[in-house]
Amino acid sequence: MAENTLEKNEQQEQEVLQELDLTAIDEICAEYKGKKGSTIPVLQKVQDHYGYLSKDMVDRIAENLNMSPHTIYGVITFYAQFYTTPRGKYVIRVCRGTACHVKGSGRISEVVTEEFGIKNGETSSDLKFTLEEVSCIGACGMAPVIMINDKTYGNLTPEKAREIFREYAKKED
Amino acid sequence: MSAQKIDQIEVHVCMGTAGVASGGPDVMAAFEEEFKKHGLIGEVKERNCKVKATGCRGLCARDVLVDIHIPGQEEVTYEHVTPEMVPTIVEEHIIKGEVVKKWAAKKDYYDFYKLQKRYVLADCGKVDPEDIDDYIAYGGYEAIKKVLKEMTPEEVIEEVKKSGLRGRGGGGFPTGLKWTFCRASKGDLKYLICNADEGDPGAFMDRSIIEGNPHAVIEGMLIAAYAIGCKEGYIYCRAEYPLAIKRVKKAIRIAEERGFLGKNILGTDFEFHLHLKEGAGAFVCGEETALIASIEGERGMPRPRPPFPAVKGLWGKPSNVNNVETFANLPLIIKNGAEWYASIGTEKSKGTKIFALSGKVKSTGLIEVPMGVTVRQLVFDVGGGIPKRRKIKAVQLGGPSGGCLPESMLDTPIDYDSLIAAGAMMGSGGVVVMDETNCMVNVAKFFLTFTQRESCGKCIPCRIGTKTMLDILERICKGEGREGDIELLESLAMDIKTASLCGLGQTAPNPVLTTIKYFRHEYEAHIKDKKCPARECPDLIEFVVDEDRCKKCGICFKVCPVGAITWEKGKPAYIDKSKCVKCRECIVNCPFNAID
Repeated sequence: MAENTLEKNEQQEQEVLQELDLTAIDEICAEYKGKKGSTIPVLQKVQDHYGYLSKDMVDRIAENLNMSPHTIYGVITFYAQFYTTPRGKYVIRVCRGTACHVKGSGRISEVVTEEFGIKNGETSSDLKFTLEEVSCIGACGMAPVIMINDKTYGNLTPEKAREIFREYAKKED
Repeated sequence: MSAQKIDQIEVHVCMGTAGVASGGPDVMAAFEEEFKKHGLIGEVKERNCKVKATGCRGLCARDVLVDIHIPGQEEVTYEHVTPEMVPTIVEEHIIKGEVVKKWAAKKDYYDFYKLQKRYVLADCGKVDPEDIDDYIAYGGYEAIKKVLKEMTPEEVIEEVKKSGLRGRGGGGFPTGLKWTFCRASKGDLKYLICNADEGDPGAFMDRSIIEGNPHAVIEGMLIAAYAIGCKEGYIYCRAEYPLAIKRVKKAIRIAEERGFLGKNILGTDFEFHLHLKEGAGAFVCGEETALIASIEGERGMPRPRPPFPAVKGLWGKPSNVNNVETFANLPLIIKNGAEWYASIGTEKSKGTKIFALSGKVKSTGLIEVPMGVTVRQLVFDVGGGIPKRRKIKAVQLGGPSGGCLPESMLDTPIDYDSLIAAGAMMGSGGVVVMDETNCMVNVAKFFLTFTQRESCGKCIPCRIGTKTMLDILERICKGEGREGDIELLESLAMDIKTASLCGLGQTAPNPVLTTIKYFRHEYEAHIKDKKCPARECPDLIEFVVDEDRCKKCGICFKVCPVGAITWEKGKPAYIDKSKCVKCRECIVNCPFNAID
């Protein structure tokens, strides 16, 4: 079962990759040509465009910025917001800040796992959901809080969260 | 001081992050629709009606908050407003002039503000953060005009020194003195950096200031840039704050168009260019040398100081880093004078401090109080006390670098030095209240999980030390604690504090040390009795209903998500351990503490 999913994932990734046109990277890099400290903004823009940063993309960025791919990987792996694998259509960010913690946000993460079978950092095999536990969303007054893409939901209980997740699961692609 | 025109009725809708999440945009749309329907966009009794989006006014737990301002009448606030309530509010209140009492804020709402002194936040919740003219109408950009016309850079620094302002990022270093160092450094190009990488879990004051009043931060930066002699500046903001980023970007663009940023500011030869840098998610980037490395496009790792950034900072040039709240204080100091500012607060901690009050407290939100109020006043007078008739156990101050104070320490005044003496610290101002259902060992584990994950790994004490401490805490919470673990934790903590390279490692053990100091008995219960007194650590709970305490109410039966509880009316509940997934829903919801 697990192997099947893995194979399926790889297959999907291959299909996605074949369709990818990497010229957007050249355009993004050109915008930052000669500017100091452009590695992070370039990575952010490329990731915004493609959803994640594949090996091919990193190589292309490295070529454009005249840097070694290793240096770029050093930056990618340091920061929490860069991803090297494809992400779900809906990214569920569960806040694990102190206020959310004391109000039981650990359970909210578990509900995601119960509903979609994904743990922190994982993406469902249909590429619909990604679970990401984050340090603090900064909306502590309405703890526990989650964000699904850019939409914030607060004052949750495990049951309320489950309803929200099921609504998203019903959404057509 | 009000920007409202005399003939205008204004409806202010909270559109901070919490306001938006609670449905602020729908409420705004509903007001606009009602005004159209009643033909009020033009007139109500010859008055213009206007719906305005404002930033956070503090009491996020009551969102969506709506203020109705009718000239000549007292301002009325409505809580938990939904679009369905809007037609009634417009008809009854705005047209007929009768306040809809059942929805209007009651005494406890006003109690929340009683002890507060809102100076920095005065205009948050009043000005439209996306409208520079609104900021100007409330007296915005007056301070920078005064500075450019009447003061030399030295006089500005002197004024800030006299005010007693200390850095609001948490360390509490005197701001004016910090500026002196950078101003004294040689070189034409100097950088001014605003640290808006608020990574402390449980703190959101920087976010609210930027979302609610971005021009105040820009104005503060202009004052500092003039005083130090900086031509270039950066705001380094967390990428997790999309609304703050959107608003600050817009504010920078408009300030440039209106001549408050760029060359020849306000017709003088003062020049300042401001850029926004989005962070990429690393707590350590709040440390100033790491933040600088991150702006340079590298891994955000701190480096040893000296040389301090004031001498050698961004791209090797002298740089000055201050926090969002520090900058937001500056226009006030200039406008009202250093004496006025220094008259607020305590002897060594001047002015007000903004706190994010959250956790097990009735009114959660953003508060601004004079330095020197006590922790107890924050929790009980401002926050309204603990919900669900539970008892307070601890107050956590200062985020992962801070500490947990027990009930017996609640009368500690909140100022930089008293908090340090108590084992906590100001940090960025997060205040998280915990009740008797929160396990202090688990809390310590929670913070250490955070700092361990966020350690950049450059120095060994922090990288390996925090991991070792975390392993011990995890063992204790699983019921595998051993004799001597507490002493081992204490000795590791002292080593990490002494030997770490930057603030992250130097303060990471604080939550462990304060919980051991004030809640040692909880550690001992976990280690010796294999019990979690707060019943939070699932491995140490039996999940058995105590029939004596059970009031046969059936709440646990209703909340159990896996059907592991059987219950009949009039009989105590029973938990089937083979089905139980130890989610703790029954414990959290049982009003009688009947589950062990």
